[in-house]
This record gives sequence, structure tokens and C-alpha cells, in this order.
Amino acid sequence: MTVISAAGQAVELDHGTGAALARELIDMIVSVLGEVYLGELEDSTLLPAEPGQLAITTDSFVVDPPFFGNGDIGKVAVCGTVNDLAVSGAVPRYLTLAMILETGLPFSSLVRVLNSVRDAAVEAGVRIVAGDTKVVRPGEADQIYLNTTGVGFAAGRVMRMTDVRPGDHVIVSGFLGDHTVHLLSIREGLGFETRVLSDCAPLNDLIATVIGGTGPAAVRSIRDITRGGLAGVLHEYSARLRCAIRIRRDALPVRHETAMALDMLGISPLHCANEGCVCLFVDPAASADVLATLRAHRYGAHAAVIGEVGALDHASVELADADGRVSELEDLRGAELPRLC
Amino acid sequence: MPSENKTSGPPSGADATAHCQIRVTGVVQGVGYRPFTVNLARARGLTGWVRNDPQGVLIEAGGKPGELSGFAAALKELAPELAKVTGVSVHWMPITSELPSPFEIRTSGTAGRPDTIVPADSHVCADCLRELFTQTDRRYRYPFINCTNCGPRYSLIRGLPYDRARTTMAAFVMCERCQSEYEDVANRRYHAQPNACPECGPSLMAASADGEQLVKDEAFWLAVRMLRAGQIVAVKSIGGYHLAADARQAAAVSRLRRRKKRDAKPFALMVRDLETANRIAEISGHETELLNSPARPIVLVRKRRAAGIPGQLPEVIAPRSPNLGLMLPSAPLHHLLLAEPGLDVLVMTSGNVSGRPIVFRDEDALAQLYEVADLILYHDRAIEIRVDDSVLRSSVHPDLAEPVLSFLRRSRGYAPYPVEIEPELPPIVAYGAELKTTVAVTSGRRVYLSQHIGDLKNDETFASHRRTARHLTRLHDLRPAYAACDLHPDFRSTRSALVEYDDRVYQVQHHHAHMASCMAENRLSGLTLGVVFDGAGYGPDGTIWGGEFLLGDYAGFRRVAHLRRLPLLGGDKAVREPIRTAFALALDAVDDSAMSAFPALSTLSSRQREVYAVMALRRVNSPLSSSMGRLFDAVAALVGICTHAEYEAHGPIELEGLLGRNLELGDPYPFGRQKLDQVTEVDTRPTIRRLAEDLAAGADLRTLSLGFHSGVVTMVVAQCEAVRREQGVEQVVLSGGVFLNEFVLVNCLVKLRAAGFAAYAHRQVPPNDGGIALGQAVVAGARITAQAAPGGLDPASKARSFVNEGGG
Repeated sequence: MTVISAAGQAVELDHGTGAALARELIDMIVSVLGEVYLGELEDSTLLPAEPGQLAITTDSFVVDPPFFGNGDIGKVAVCGTVNDLAVSGAVPRYLTLAMILETGLPFSSLVRVLNSVRDAAVEAGVRIVAGDTKVVRPGEADQIYLNTTGVGFAAGRVMRMTDVRPGDHVIVSGFLGDHTVHLLSIREGLGFETRVLSDCAPLNDLIATVIGGTGPAAVRSIRDITRGGLAGVLHEYSARLRCAIRIRRDALPVRHETAMALDMLGISPLHCANEGCVCLFVDPAASADVLATLRAHRYGAHAAVIGEVGALDHASVELADADGRVSELEDLRGAELPRLC
Repeated sequence: MPSENKTSGPPSGADATAHCQIRVTGVVQGVGYRPFTVNLARARGLTGWVRNDPQGVLIEAGGKPGELSGFAAALKELAPELAKVTGVSVHWMPITSELPSPFEIRTSGTAGRPDTIVPADSHVCADCLRELFTQTDRRYRYPFINCTNCGPRYSLIRGLPYDRARTTMAAFVMCERCQSEYEDVANRRYHAQPNACPECGPSLMAASADGEQLVKDEAFWLAVRMLRAGQIVAVKSIGGYHLAADARQAAAVSRLRRRKKRDAKPFALMVRDLETANRIAEISGHETELLNSPARPIVLVRKRRAAGIPGQLPEVIAPRSPNLGLMLPSAPLHHLLLAEPGLDVLVMTSGNVSGRPIVFRDEDALAQLYEVADLILYHDRAIEIRVDDSVLRSSVHPDLAEPVLSFLRRSRGYAPYPVEIEPELPPIVAYGAELKTTVAVTSGRRVYLSQHIGDLKNDETFASHRRTARHLTRLHDLRPAYAACDLHPDFRSTRSALVEYDDRVYQVQHHHAHMASCMAENRLSGLTLGVVFDGAGYGPDGTIWGGEFLLGDYAGFRRVAHLRRLPLLGGDKAVREPIRTAFALALDAVDDSAMSAFPALSTLSSRQREVYAVMALRRVNSPLSSSMGRLFDAVAALVGICTHAEYEAHGPIELEGLLGRNLELGDPYPFGRQKLDQVTEVDTRPTIRRLAEDLAAGADLRTLSLGFHSGVVTMVVAQCEAVRREQGVEQVVLSGGVFLNEFVLVNCLVKLRAAGFAAYAHRQVPPNDGGIALGQAVVAGARITAQAAPGGLDPASKARSFVNEGGG
């Protein structure tokens, strides 16, 4: 880790004006990012193309609070974009990093974010290839906002929503709700934050392992379960495919402490945002294989089959209780729990 | 129902022969009306004919003018028991040809739009009952006996005019003897569409969980043996399945509770006859009338308390309730079962598994009900549409001239009868809200209200909502041009209205619809104060309403007062766990040290209390609500009688139950009042502080309940008086599910009237969401009419223009 002599310093408006102070800030950023930074500090970066198709995605991050128990906005910004690339079947390669900093943000905080960006990028095997920094007046932003744009290449099969078939199994790769409980708990002072940590993680290796380790086309489609929760993902598929998706409440993987917290809060794990959990639609014949592969991976130990895709005649998401009663799973309209990613 | 007797002047000359055409409207088909007409006409020596058509019954008659006038009057006055004549209009005609003699029945005319009212399902008449138990009768012990005076109707009708081909009896071809009864004008079964006998009609079947299958008598006797053995039998009744158990065996009732996963909610009972009913309950004259009526509803009557007397029913039937829900047999099969020695009282609860609608199709019964039942007793006469039992209550008070009739559920025997209202409405279908949904369809001054459908969050129930809406419009050949629905954007009823009717949808605020519903059935107009108390409804200000004083009319309203808002900790979770609301209420009213006054709160762990306190203060997933229902929940939880609800209004019902149906007011708990901008906040904090004091002083539960109930009544009267002083309003309507609370309803009526108000309650439709579709329809109608008027409103503003939030 590069040591920066930034103790006591904070971001000033002049750090964004393009003068000497700005250069100082950029030097500091580049030095913290170290080997994951590939940029040329030119107006653009030129990179070699790879075979297959180019995958590109972008996301902005405003998570509140930006610093939490086992991570921060920097880790979320890298993992979120890496996971978005990976679920389409692409191998993530490059990220850009744009930052909006509130005047007064301590340099130590900025360094913490950058360290997280670097560590997550190293784990995910991606490089930061371009960046931008803007500084705004106090109150115009809440400490720090990030944007990352990711580029990857898909040499093999590209997965699409429309590949999903009736009868396909629905699998989630890990516990639901941890990220939401952890953040909400810190934000509101609920006291769950030490017992439940965020699940934030880069899942490209997990996804590559599953796709590579099971037969071709066994995994039809994968989606990152973030904002809107699993309910949002299922509604998106159901509406797009005009299909019924039925899931079982008692099959949902939820950590005991998380379940207790969500119960007290009156929040369904199905509506929680996650940062290290994906939903897979899988050929039922390959479902056991996929599950075993997932469970062998450190980020998939709690994977579970939670339901299946029904007939392609009407769009609905149904939730079956243990006693057989079925109700429609509601899709949240408004943001009941804002700024979790 | 109002009736209109229009009569044009008869020709002069008392002895001359005259001809006239008579139109009879109302419930006049499928109720023995034509044979009745023939007999009436022949007795007066009239010539002519009668026939059914889509508008009702049409008659042409000839005879002396005096006889004809008397005949026309008798058509309404002497009508058969099941008929409901809403209009008899007479048109005198020139004599152009001879009329048939003797007076005859002609085949149904099918031209024109149906305007006749579909008959509801009815009981077994005395004649059929006699035949059922007469050994020599060819229908001796035949479970499908019926005639024009009785039997199933709405539950098996597929279309109008009401003919066998358009019922689920179409599958059965009548034998010669049945056919000849059907064709004989003098016979009680003349055109009795479900007419059947053991030769040609449906038959009984039984299928046990063990796979045993029996038919007819053997099926029946197996069911009897199993009931006697304390087992549970699913019985196919008129509008769906019941789950039956011998009510005298506590073990059988407990088994039913276990299997239905229903620990606390009282079970309804079917009793052999009134004599049996009187042995287990105290029944008034009015209640007897209701029990005996052709609709055969469940009536909530007072348990007979006579400890130590043999023949007492086990407490597990209706624990902690002063009431029993009783009904008399409504189908021949019920009469046969209950006639068996020892089986004079059966639990007859709705035939469903927890959370799902009542089963009415045999395949669903066989697929679902073995979870609860040991045997399924069914038959091959299909039920066209699900119709639950209706539930009623009659309340008396010395200061009220008449008993107050409340519908807790308006369904079998009453649906699809229309509510007749004052203003003529454009063609509208109203989709109701989300819980206890019913559908309403308008036709002029009639609003046809469907049977109880239920909670639309359940998929099957929602499907049945769609089906009922289609069935109701098709039956009456109505083509609604507009839809009315709730303001809540997430209700499935709202979403389907918006999808199907697009820009012809009128979204009606929940409590305005409640208020309008009560106004409409009482035929009120003009400035009205609506006291609307319920569990929850979407407010135009984004908070949840439910303890509201609304000033307005059909077209619009202003919120003049509401209950102090409370955070619902965890949203919907607070409804299932009233202890959350109790905690929030206590936190609002008393300081930390006084929280210990409520022992019930100690059932919460310290962790829960920490989290709930943060949720309340920082409003984490805790929407604000001014709901009176939640206040009742919270008080019931604070006194420790219901911290977790098993069914809707569980706590409030048990809190009221403590009063034992004694309606005498006690020392009222205080409510505060403060003006915020133009809206008054009714403050619950003084109430809760008083509750804490009384709890600390060791007051018994009944005293606490009485103080709170009396406080609510006193607060309502005081608040209405305050609004009268400022706004001059004299007319008050009481609506919303909280007004199913007998103590609050009756005392509010009595005290408001004593204070000089013209106060009204619901009588024909439920005060809860079961009546809300009616209100939606009339509000939508008022807006449509206002827009059509010169200088009418811009249609784009329809959803919001009448809502004045009035701050707060």
C-alpha cells in the first residue's frame, strides 16, 4: 500500500479547478491505485481489442453511508459494474472511475475509498483505465459519489433474458438481504451492523466457474440482484417473457440474523438490494450441477434453488408459502429504502 | 326497494270490458311469479296471458276495470315470498282482439336488454321440507328437492332470462314426471328450473381421504357416521363447500381448529331448528326473523350463559366471544344431516384452507380439502359462481325505535340484489378495494352489488374478482362505460381498472367512498359529515388514513379532522403484530419510565424495543397512519389481550367482546383536540395516559375496555358538534369497518341523534370494504355528471380536483 502523507488534509473546492491542487489530487489518486491504474493521463486511453463481442455497462453510486463495516462505496462501485458485465457472459477487463467529492471530505476517507477500489479491482482482475474528479460545494453531494463504466469481452455464448424456457429452475447464489440490513443498520443506528455484514463481492469468477463448469447453455440467463431486490429481477423476467414465475418462501436463503432483523423492520428479503448475489435461470436437467458448482465457490456457499419458470402465457410472479397458499409477489413501486447502492 | 305503481286512467263504465298491459319489474323470475299471476287472474275471471322477458314479467289482461285494478294491486301485495316487486305499471289499451281464456302462460320473450333482477339463492320451503321427510313422496330424502318457491338460484345461473338451459342444471334431462310438473301451470314446480328427482337429477357422492368412494344413501350415511365419530366432513352446500364437525364434541372442534390453522376466530354453527338455536343462544324476535328468512344468513346472537347445564357447547367454538354465529339449514342436504340424532348442532365453517377462498369446484375440493377434511360429501350439480355465507347482526338499544341491522358480510341470499339509490348513474363498474372486495355495476338508479369476493392479494381470489365482474355485467347485459376504483396505486383492483378502462377510470379516495356508500344507501344528498373509521386507506397526502372526519358530498370532500398519526412500525407487519402499534402509541404518549405501566410491552425483548424505538423516531419503514382500527389494535395489545393478530380486527373484536354486548356507556377516556391549519387533530395521548393510570391502579379488563369504547363515542359526538358549530352541518354518516363495533355504532347513533344530528349508519351493505364499491360507483357517477354539465371540469383533473387535503 502506498503511504500518502495526507493526515488532516481535506478536499477543497480548488482541488477541482484544474490548477496545481488538482494535479496534486490526481497524483495522489494514481499513486493509491498503483498497479491497477493503466491510464495514460491523456484525454483518452487506447486499449487492445479482444476477440468476441464488446460488453459495456455504466453505473453511478451514491450509497449512504459511503463507509460501512466491511466495505465502502469504492468496493461497491467496482463490484457492481464487474458483476453487471459478468452476468451477460462477458469477461470484465477495464473500468473507468469518476468521482464527485464534497468539499471537506477528509483525504483519509478518499484514500480509504481508493484502497477499496484497488483491492476489489485486483480481486476481479480489472484495470482502471480512465478517471475524472469533480469537487462540489458543501451540501451539493453527500461526501462522495462514484461512477464506473465497465468494458469486457464475451468470446463465448452471450446470455440473454429471452433464452429462459418454461420449466427452468430459478437459483440464487447466496444469502439475501445482508447488504440492506448492514447499511440500514448503520444509517439508522439499529445495532445489527456487527452481526450482519454486506455481501458486496465481485462475482465474475463465480459466474465464469459456473458457466465453464457446467454444460453449454445449462445456464440460460443470470441477473445481478441489486436495487429492487429479487422481486424486481423476477418481475423484469416475467414481464419481458410473459411468463409465470413461482418461488417458494421457505426455499429462500436468508441468514438467521438477517431474517430476525428484517422481521423487526417489516422488510421482505425479496425487496432487499444485494451487492454480491445473482439470480440464475437454469436448465432443470443441469440444476443440481450448477448448484453444486456454486456451493463449492466461496461466494456461492449458500446458493439455493428457489423456484421455477411456469408457462409462457401470462406475466406473474407468485410466492408460495409452506402451506401451499399462493399470493402475487408485489413489485415495489417507490423506493422505500433509498440509496443502498 | 322502492316501488312505483304507474296507472293510466281506466276507461269509464264499470261493467264494460277493458284491456290493459301490465309490466312488473324486480325479482320476478325464478320465484313462481307466473303461476301466481295465472291463479290470481283466473280467480278474478280475467282473460289474457303472462310471460317472462328480459325486463321482467309482461301481462296482458282483460276484464272489468275494477277487477283489473284489484289484480294490478295484488300483483305486488300478494307476491310470492321470494319475489321482490319493484314496479307495477298499468297501461290501458284499446280492445283490438280477443285475449285467451282461460288466462295462460306464454313462452319467454328474449328481446331487449335484461332489466329483471337475478334472484338470490334461497332456503328450502315448507312444502319441499314436508315432502323431503314424507316416506311416500317420490322425493323422500332427496337432497336436491326444490320448487319455484325455494332453492338455489344465483349460484347456478349462467345467463338471463332464467331458464334451465342457462343454469348448471342444463346437464340433467328431466324425466317424464319432472317434465310434466315443470309444464303444469297448477304445479308448484311449474318452470322450477332446478327441478329434479332421484330418477333424473343430481346425486350425492362421498370420497374419503382413504380413497373410499360411495354414492347416494351410502354416501350420506358414511358422512353421518364420520361426523358422529368426531371427524371432519367437507359438505358441498349452495354457494361452496363447508367444513362440518359435530359442535358438541370439543375434540372434533379442536381437530378442525388445528387442521384449519385457526386458533381463535369463532366458528359458525348450523343448528337443526329454532328450538335448538334457543337452547344455546338468546334470540330476539328480530334475530328469529333474520334466521328464518329465505337468505338463511349467519346471525350473531348472544351465547346462552348457563353454567352447569348439560348440553352446553364447548368454549372452543367461539372462545372469548359473547356471541355465537348461528344459521339454520339452507339446503335439503343440511336438513337431512341435522335431522340425525345427536347432530343437531354442527360447526359449518367456510370450506377453504387457510388464506385461500372458499372452494366451490369439486376438483378443487378433492385437491385441497383433504388437508382439513376426512371425507368430502359432494354432488354433481355444479356451482356456477362462489357465494359465501352472509353474516348479519341485529342490535337493539332502548333509545332506538328499531333494531340496527348490520351486514358483516353480504353474500348468499342477498347478492346480486341491487341497492336502489337516488341519483341516476351512468354505466359504471366499481372494482372495490383490496380486502373483503365486492364488485358493483350500475344500471340507472340501481347498483348491483356482488357477493363477497375476499382479499385480492390472493391469486385465486383475484381471478374470482375478474370472473365476478364479468359475470355480473353479462348477467344483466350491462356495458359499463366507466370504471371506478380506489386511489391506492398498488391495489390489484386499481391496476386492472386502469389497464381495462384507461382514461375512463375514476379513482376514488377510500374513505370518501365509504362515506358516499353510506349516503347512497340511505338516499342522502347535500352537505354531510362522514365519520369514517377503518383499518387503512390511501390518503391523497401519501399517509395512511383511517380515523377521519370528512365534510362533503358525492362529488367531493374536505378532511376536517383526523386521529393523531402514529408510525406503523414495519408497515403491514404492524397490522399482524399489533404490539408494534401499541409500542409506538405508548412511546408517543408517555415517557420512558411510564412504559412499564403496560405489562404487555414486556413481551418484547429489549432488542425489539431498541429497534422499534429507533424505527418510530427515525421512521424506518414506518409509514404514518391516522387509523382508528390501528388505535383499537394498539389498545387491545396494551391491555394484553391480543399482541399478535390471527385474523383481521382480532384484537378489537376481543376488546369489544369483554363488554359482553352490554351497550351502556361508562366513564369515557379523554381524547385531546388541537387545530393544525384547517384540520383538527384528535389527540390519542390523553387516552393512553389514562389507560396507563387505570392499568397501574389494577382496573379489570372490562373497565379498561368500557372506558376506551365510551371515550371513542364521546369523542365522535364532541368532534361532530365542533364541526357543526363551524360549518353548520346537521347530517352525519358513520362508515368504515370500525363501525362493525356494536358498542361504538349504536352509541354513536344514539348520542348523535340526542345531540340533534340526523345520523345514519349502513343497513343494506357492510360498513367495511364490502360496501366500498357502492360508494366508488356513486362518487364516480357524480364526477361524470359534473363534467358533462356545462362548464364541467376538465376530465384530466378528475382524479384530484375534488380532493382538498386541507393541510395537516
